[in-house]
Amino acid sequence: MSSIATHPGRQPGRQPGGVPTRLRVNNRDHVLELDPRTTLLDALREHLHLTGTKKGCDQGQCGACTVIVNGRRANSCLTLAVMHDGDDITTVEGLGTPEALHPMQKAFVEHDGFQCGYCTPGQILSAVCVLGEIEAGIPSHVTGALTAAPTCSDAEIRERMSGNICRCAAYPNIIAAIREVAGGRS
Amino acid sequence: MIGAAISRIDGPLKVAGRAAYSYERQDAGPALYGFIRGAAIAKGRITLIDARDAEAAPGVTLVLTHLNAPPQAPLVAKPTIFDRPNPQLAGDGISYYGQPVALVVAETFEQARAAAALVRVEYEREPGAYDLAAHADRAEPQETISLGLPGETRFGDIDRAMAEGPVTVDETYTTPYHLSQPMEPHACLADWRDGRLTVYLSTQMVAPGRAALAETLLLDEDRVTVDAAYVGGGFGSKLYLHAEAVLAALAARALGRPVKVVLTRRQVFTLTGQRPATIQRVRLSATPDGRLTGLGHDVNMQSVATLPWIEQTATVSRSLYAAPNRLTRHYTTDLDLTPGEAVRGPGELPGLLALETAMDELAHRLGIDPVELRLRNDTDIDPELGVPLNGRRLADCLREGARRFGWERRPAEPASRREGSWLIGYGMASAIRAHFQGATEASVRIAPDGRVVVRSDTPDIGTGTYTIAAQVAAEALGLPVEAVTVELASSTYPKGGGAGGSYGAANTAVAIHRACRALRERIAQAAGGVPSNDLVGTARRLFPEGVEATGAIVGQAEDPNFRNYSQNTYGTSFAEVAVDVHTGEVRLRRMTGVFAAGRIVNPKTARSQIMGGMIWGVSSALHEAAHVDPRYGSWVNGDLAEYVVPVHADIPEIEAILLDDHDEHANDLGMKGVGELGVCGTGAAVSNAVFNATGIRVRDFPITLAKLLPGLPAP
Amino acid sequence: MRAFTYERAETAAEAVAAVARTPGARFIAGGTNLLDLMKLEIETPTHLVDVNRLGLDHVEETGDGGLRIGALVRNTDLAADPRVRRDYGVLSRAIVAGASGQLRNRATTGGNLMQRTRCPYFYDTAMPCNKREPGTGCAALGGLSHNHAILGSSEACIATHPSDMAVALRALDATVETMAPDGSGRSIAIADFHRLPGDTPHIETVLGPGELITAVTLPPPRGGIHLYRKVRERASYAFANVAVALVAKVRSGRVVVDRLAFGGLAHKPWRVEAAERLFAEGEDAAADPIADLVLAGARPTEHNAYKLPLVRRTLAATLDTARQGETS
Repeated sequence: MSSIATHPGRQPGRQPGGVPTRLRVNNRDHVLELDPRTTLLDALREHLHLTGTKKGCDQGQCGACTVIVNGRRANSCLTLAVMHDGDDITTVEGLGTPEALHPMQKAFVEHDGFQCGYCTPGQILSAVCVLGEIEAGIPSHVTGALTAAPTCSDAEIRERMSGNICRCAAYPNIIAAIREVAGGRS
Repeated sequence: MIGAAISRIDGPLKVAGRAAYSYERQDAGPALYGFIRGAAIAKGRITLIDARDAEAAPGVTLVLTHLNAPPQAPLVAKPTIFDRPNPQLAGDGISYYGQPVALVVAETFEQARAAAALVRVEYEREPGAYDLAAHADRAEPQETISLGLPGETRFGDIDRAMAEGPVTVDETYTTPYHLSQPMEPHACLADWRDGRLTVYLSTQMVAPGRAALAETLLLDEDRVTVDAAYVGGGFGSKLYLHAEAVLAALAARALGRPVKVVLTRRQVFTLTGQRPATIQRVRLSATPDGRLTGLGHDVNMQSVATLPWIEQTATVSRSLYAAPNRLTRHYTTDLDLTPGEAVRGPGELPGLLALETAMDELAHRLGIDPVELRLRNDTDIDPELGVPLNGRRLADCLREGARRFGWERRPAEPASRREGSWLIGYGMASAIRAHFQGATEASVRIAPDGRVVVRSDTPDIGTGTYTIAAQVAAEALGLPVEAVTVELASSTYPKGGGAGGSYGAANTAVAIHRACRALRERIAQAAGGVPSNDLVGTARRLFPEGVEATGAIVGQAEDPNFRNYSQNTYGTSFAEVAVDVHTGEVRLRRMTGVFAAGRIVNPKTARSQIMGGMIWGVSSALHEAAHVDPRYGSWVNGDLAEYVVPVHADIPEIEAILLDDHDEHANDLGMKGVGELGVCGTGAAVSNAVFNATGIRVRDFPITLAKLLPGLPAP
Repeated sequence: MRAFTYERAETAAEAVAAVARTPGARFIAGGTNLLDLMKLEIETPTHLVDVNRLGLDHVEETGDGGLRIGALVRNTDLAADPRVRRDYGVLSRAIVAGASGQLRNRATTGGNLMQRTRCPYFYDTAMPCNKREPGTGCAALGGLSHNHAILGSSEACIATHPSDMAVALRALDATVETMAPDGSGRSIAIADFHRLPGDTPHIETVLGPGELITAVTLPPPRGGIHLYRKVRERASYAFANVAVALVAKVRSGRVVVDRLAFGGLAHKPWRVEAAERLFAEGEDAAADPIADLVLAGARPTEHNAYKLPLVRRTLAATLDTARQGETS
């Protein structure tokens, strides 16, 4: 494949008149000057070329764009990059590499927790956070007594993962993968 | 290696976010962004289009409308629909809601999207027909339907059989518009340079897509390259060439720069085809001991006059059960909507939803167990073609499924089991899915550096094709899987049948197997007829430039197996549902599916596909329906909040079993496809379970709480 | 999305001043609804004032024993707050019944109240909609209205309010605290905060131009059993067909309704106070008479008439659950 020169004036992440924004992504600092309309999702994908974060619906209805912002999962499509000045962001690329996978990534491969792979980064980041949320005692729709700590049951995991749609419907395998990682923790 | 449940070889790339899908490809350098503006009417014409504000907007490099769009091939209805041209912005006429009226290209996505809204468009609206039921009187019988199948088949006299009974079912079932909605929206990155076009396209069909695109753009095919290395799901909707590909290519050629276009999720609802809504009448007549004497299945579905696509919905009733009097017919009603397209399980999903619900109604009327009723009507000979049904393991699936599920604990009477506020019901259904074979080639090469490279243009859309290809080649060459590199989905690779119709993996596997055999023979010949224990070493020694062989299978029309046998895959599914006695909310509790599709190359990936398919079946019974506004012809619930697909919380444990065996009449490897088999019949299993739970028979799918409420018992 | 300018405010006073300064300016907090609507150009602010860093992200106790919830408290944090879980269970329950984990992490208390309807005709800019473009008509009337309002609707609009949290707040008699552009504050009873559509469905709350929600306060806890029953077609991540928020006392198997509000029925959370007092202390509350009163004046369409029996049945189910003394 031949290479072509970057078009003048199109330096990724540096837009004339853009709003300066510092993002710490996967432990690397980036200073971007962005059109304020740029979502965090598009900043990651189109400016930082971190395309592991996926655009499935661009309206908060599928979860493919899930990233971790300051330790909490969020839909990167429904937030502007400029709103994250100084924030610490983890994308799927920051979780592990193909050569050194995070335990959750490894469990997804082992349990065939995906088919087409497009919702997968979002599922994996959500899964990592879901286990943390249960540990932190955050209640969910299926939690029994509100004053007790939630348990790490399949029902809890399913409910909490419901913001991540998988059209290949790998759901049972995803739950199996998360269960394995959860079991390894406790 | 064949038969080993290994993990996907593309898995580490996918879970680490390193697999680059079409829009994400960096091969061509930075790309401009195209954004499609869709029509605000469903039928009529553009009376004014003014792009000046859009053209003057920051960053905009091009606005294409019908006023300046380059010449393209005309729209023609071809029987081979995957390679039909799909011209865009070809005139002022609007024939469906959301039809592209402009493409705006700009330096950034934000600029393109904003400028697209600045294109001023005025329309003259014409009255259209948008409602299937309201226009059902326009239904026209169809002689030929999808895949060239006959629209009507008739044996004996169904009317007489129904009149003689003594036990009959004559019911009408309706199924809604159903959309593929893959998680990766349809996308294309087009790179035009030196008179050649390369498209990084999210497609299930590389060669037909290339042909369709070349023809649309009035280009020689050999100037077009299609690359679909990773595809984020298709489910039928990426079989066809759609607007994003044509518009990206037109813009890239006009600008001489790479341009990428992705559909918004809302555009995925309007710019890709839908499974047509249907009105189906199923007639069954039987003896008191449950032998079918008559089976009739009439289907009327939405179509579009200029681009008809006629789903083979009633064909499910042609090979599944024996009955002397039979009639299947297809009718279409032309509406002013997006043309219909194949959605996962074309024919089978809506057809079996109706037929297998009707069979349950018959079992209920006869007082015969639904499993037993199906066993009594099993057959080894195709009741319409008169040839053997190879690999027919329906009875095995029925018995194994019933045993695993615990069918004997089924509540004998509807609405008789209650747990707290839940009404509990069991249901089951049979599955049949036609097995297809398309002309397919593949190559295998031992490179000078010793790498073993398998190539095919068939994409892996989640089907496990990368992995299966490596397994087949590894087995055929006596190598470990890690020694095989699989390269898929470039139009520069040997032509396969594409990833559709559940045949991509099976056909490609057979072609690869043959290519490997040919390669071994070639190397053995060069070595003087001495087979080598070190194939790669021998190849490198004897062929310092590398050595390659190809393998192929013919299309089914040329394969005697497809004349001498009726080729299908089979299965059954069993479901337990709980229906809230107060609210009518239906929740799936568990499901068991047992399927027979010949030899299974990779039980892990095959099970996943079957399981995913089963969930699609569940969804067709309980959730999915796209609604058209009958006044405007617009898709009303056009997003993933309003078009309800299952989420994690809807899906319990699912048991998916494949009866692994070698179907000797299928092909060399004895394998058939599994991509769509799981969707077959599973919806009816759920629908029948809802009846068993509540005593309410809903024949208008999906079964929503609003439809159950009137019949629910007082809590 | 139209171009806009952006600034971050550090204090509430700064934020309201910034919005007052710029015509067409809007506050942005979680952004989970506003940005979606901006992408479709249903919302077209010229300037966004980011209020995420105003420090309004604490839940604190009030002098009278209630709680004051900062407007920027995220839905997740509010639902997880031990005081809310202990004393205002219906609020926790309602919040976790809505949206998804990742959305609740971003969505704020104030923003949740400002959510706009999910009427599909409001979202489709090719369709007439009085809420989106006053005077163009209501496409939902005579269109597909499966999940539209049956109560309090008008000829101009039959949209519903999508929030679950707001239904619980209505049951709890919450108060919305705001700051006006001049820096002055006021308190608005939640009952008065959202408006019925009337002939101005585009005006959804009583907030004045540039008025910022700073907090939501809850009166002292009322005890009792707190339930939120949400009915929906899929098990999670879906808007309500009908939702019932119930605070009740159970004595010897008899349910005494204390607070009762409904979601999915109207342009605002629906509560009929008289229905809460229909049964005297000591009587066991029965669903039908209560539902009769709540549903008085209902005007369903042919597509959403199912909500009438559904309200009745869901209320009965919720009273049953209370009767069984389940504290869920």
